[in-house]
Amino acid sequence: MSSLERRAASASSRFSIDFKALGPFLALVVLFVLGTAINDAFLSGGNLSNIFTRAAFIGIIAVGATFVITAGGIDLSVGSMAAFISGAMIVVMNTLVETLGPGLETVLIGIVVSIILGIGAGAVNGLVSTKGKIEAFIVTLGTMGIYRSLVTYMADGGTLSLDFEVRGTYRPVYYGELLGIPVPVLVFLAVAIAGYVLLNMTPFGRKCFAIGSNEQVARYSAIHVDRVKTMTYVIQGLCVSIATIIYVPRLGSASSSTGVLWELEAIAAVIIGGTMLKGGYGRIWGTVVGAIMLTTIGNILNLTDAISNYLNGAVQGLIIIVAVFLQRGDWRRKKSK
Amino acid sequence: MTDAAVHAVNPGIGGEVRLSGRKICKSFGPAQVLFDVSIDLHAGEVHALLGENGAGKSTLVKILSGYHEPTEGGLVLDGAEVSFADSEAGEGHGVILIHQELNLAEQLTVEENIFLGREIKRGWFLDKTAMRAEAQRLLEQLQCDVDPRTRIRDLSVSDRQMVEIAKALSKKADILILDEPTAVLTGREVEILFDQIRRLREQGVAILYISHKLDEIKAIADRVTVLRDGRHIVTEPVVDLSKDDMARLMVGRDIKQMFPHRVSDTSAPIVLSVRDLSVPGQVRDASFNLHKGEVLGFAGIVGAGRTALMEAIIGLRERSSGTIERNGAPVRIASLQDAKNSGIAYLTKDRKGSGLLLNMDMRPNLTLLALEKFGRVIVDRKAEEAALEKAIEAFDIRAADRKAKVGDFSGGNQQKLLLAKVMETDPDIVIIDEPTRGIDIGTKSQIYHFIGDLTDRGKSVILLSSEMPEMLGLSDRIAVMAAGRITGILEGNDRNEHEIMRHATGISGQEGVSVHE
Repeated sequence: MSSLERRAASASSRFSIDFKALGPFLALVVLFVLGTAINDAFLSGGNLSNIFTRAAFIGIIAVGATFVITAGGIDLSVGSMAAFISGAMIVVMNTLVETLGPGLETVLIGIVVSIILGIGAGAVNGLVSTKGKIEAFIVTLGTMGIYRSLVTYMADGGTLSLDFEVRGTYRPVYYGELLGIPVPVLVFLAVAIAGYVLLNMTPFGRKCFAIGSNEQVARYSAIHVDRVKTMTYVIQGLCVSIATIIYVPRLGSASSSTGVLWELEAIAAVIIGGTMLKGGYGRIWGTVVGAIMLTTIGNILNLTDAISNYLNGAVQGLIIIVAVFLQRGDWRRKKSK
Repeated sequence: MTDAAVHAVNPGIGGEVRLSGRKICKSFGPAQVLFDVSIDLHAGEVHALLGENGAGKSTLVKILSGYHEPTEGGLVLDGAEVSFADSEAGEGHGVILIHQELNLAEQLTVEENIFLGREIKRGWFLDKTAMRAEAQRLLEQLQCDVDPRTRIRDLSVSDRQMVEIAKALSKKADILILDEPTAVLTGREVEILFDQIRRLREQGVAILYISHKLDEIKAIADRVTVLRDGRHIVTEPVVDLSKDDMARLMVGRDIKQMFPHRVSDTSAPIVLSVRDLSVPGQVRDASFNLHKGEVLGFAGIVGAGRTALMEAIIGLRERSSGTIERNGAPVRIASLQDAKNSGIAYLTKDRKGSGLLLNMDMRPNLTLLALEKFGRVIVDRKAEEAALEKAIEAFDIRAADRKAKVGDFSGGNQQKLLLAKVMETDPDIVIIDEPTRGIDIGTKSQIYHFIGDLTDRGKSVILLSSEMPEMLGLSDRIAVMAAGRITGILEGNDRNEHEIMRHATGISGQEGVSVHE
């Protein structure tokens, strides 16, 4: 390619990157305008706080997924993992009530258990796929089934319910507010900021980009590819455990239907946000916006009679496809390229 | 290039004009890359297209074969104006382009690739017997000893090239365009390819041959067209131009000195000593010493084990035995990280596959290998930018735009960036594998002078190359490998093509190793 040709090519790629960066934000603005037009209640403090709180679960998981996907991997097990960790937390806390009572200690130990399980489950996904040289898609498809059936087993096919008194202690983690902002939203914000710093400003994040772009180049650049990839799954597991910690006090229960399809929503949020599914390029803020968008769509459908709420999945699916199509930027490029 | 090839030049200029490009201009967006270029391809003639990277050669051949449409000007085929809607239309008229980057489906077999999209059928079903027989015939014609049932991914790069050519032959190409076909071929394979090209020429095929290698153009081409900066410079019979003429026309100035002037000092201390290193199935009992400030060449045919040996030294490949000493003290190198800490750096020959992140810009590429230098907790972007500034200056990287993706760079600029990347680790020993593959002559000379600068500063270089002139022009000593062994280390007057070939083919150099120290 000649230097002139190169200049032309880079000019067009610069344009598409701008589009990539702004696209999800623009789409979110459009959704908010649409929501306001449909129903005045949309912009009310209560409704907005509701949207952001609900977006927090998927959003936190999706921040972890951004690392995995940027480094060229995929994790399908996050929904089952969330259900399993929820179940395990409830079982542990219910058992501890007998000895420690329904106080803060019980909840704290439950939280510690959640974090240990999240890191452990992530490490299993990462180590089996890297050391075992099995594709992450297969490994996490397997662990998805395993975690799901473990929670079904723990609940004996039914529902695990958290001890009523412990619920009282634990409640503020979901229902509480700080400076008028719901706790889950604050946690979401903190996870997103930490994720942004880690992915965009540290050597670790740079290595994730490199591995996702070309594993061979990473290997020839003295990067411990297996180690970094395993770490991305551990981060994913940690994010799932954080999401679970704020999810459990919401309903105070876990069953085999907890967290169903969360993996797909998380991946959707990541992709809408502009991260490339094949790896090598990831954006935490895009992911955050993606998660908020998905929740907002559901919310808007609740507020209007124009489209049935049962079509929520269809609208989300459509938006995912359109978002990726727009980001690719091919639609405006001429044949001669 | 052997003598036989040089003598086989066909001085006769071919028959009638088959395909012409008339006053072709091409712009990509606001950038014009071709200016009024005209070219005629004659039946029964090999026409060479010569030019530096970025001169517009690839764009021109893509227009001739229908991959691009010209912005202005047009094509004339057998006296009638034509325009190809796409490359399929071009192939329909017998114009076939073999790309520099091979286009084969890796998971399919040789025969499936040759007939991809044009499968021979009997009724509704594929006629595998017929396809296999035809594939076999084509490969035999090319003296290519490959089973048509082999999957492409199991073939060497040079065999893949032969499959591409077999595919073109099976399409009954009568205007064949070859874009740097010999970049990945060994000397013997080049000979076979040239025999095929000559055979096709005798059959009246019009051939357009793109290459950087002036020897090859002298050997195979009848006529040569030189492009520079998107403009037609000259079209002359090859016999009327010397290699120096061609180089000058291509670069637009005299290349005063291709190779740096270096003084070798074999009494300098030994900085690296490798003893009895083996890699299962690839390298056996390799031993050699490297002196401070020395360029040690490694010659050998493809598959002799040179790259495997180097990758074993830097910890990228498992070795079954062998010791490595740095400055007289044994070192343990189990990973590339260890090699880096021991001051050894490796420049891969596969700059696109293992060297650079093509979808990223220069900055992350430059600092990737030495990332810890730019901050252990937070990467210091300012320091990275400063390093990039220095590297662009020091290695003369000519990028129109800092933010451009490295994949869009010319081969020369990619190679300079890769060199800069490796030098960020400040190594004492630099192992360079095929430093100038697919790079134009001006940039080549620059890279040779960078290597000269390194040794002037007391660094040592191991050079792996299949290009004889750079091997001879740069190396103080030349180790030759054949079938996984070092068959000899040539010094002084023994450093000549003849001795290298004798050792590389195993005529010279006995079992074991003859290390001249």
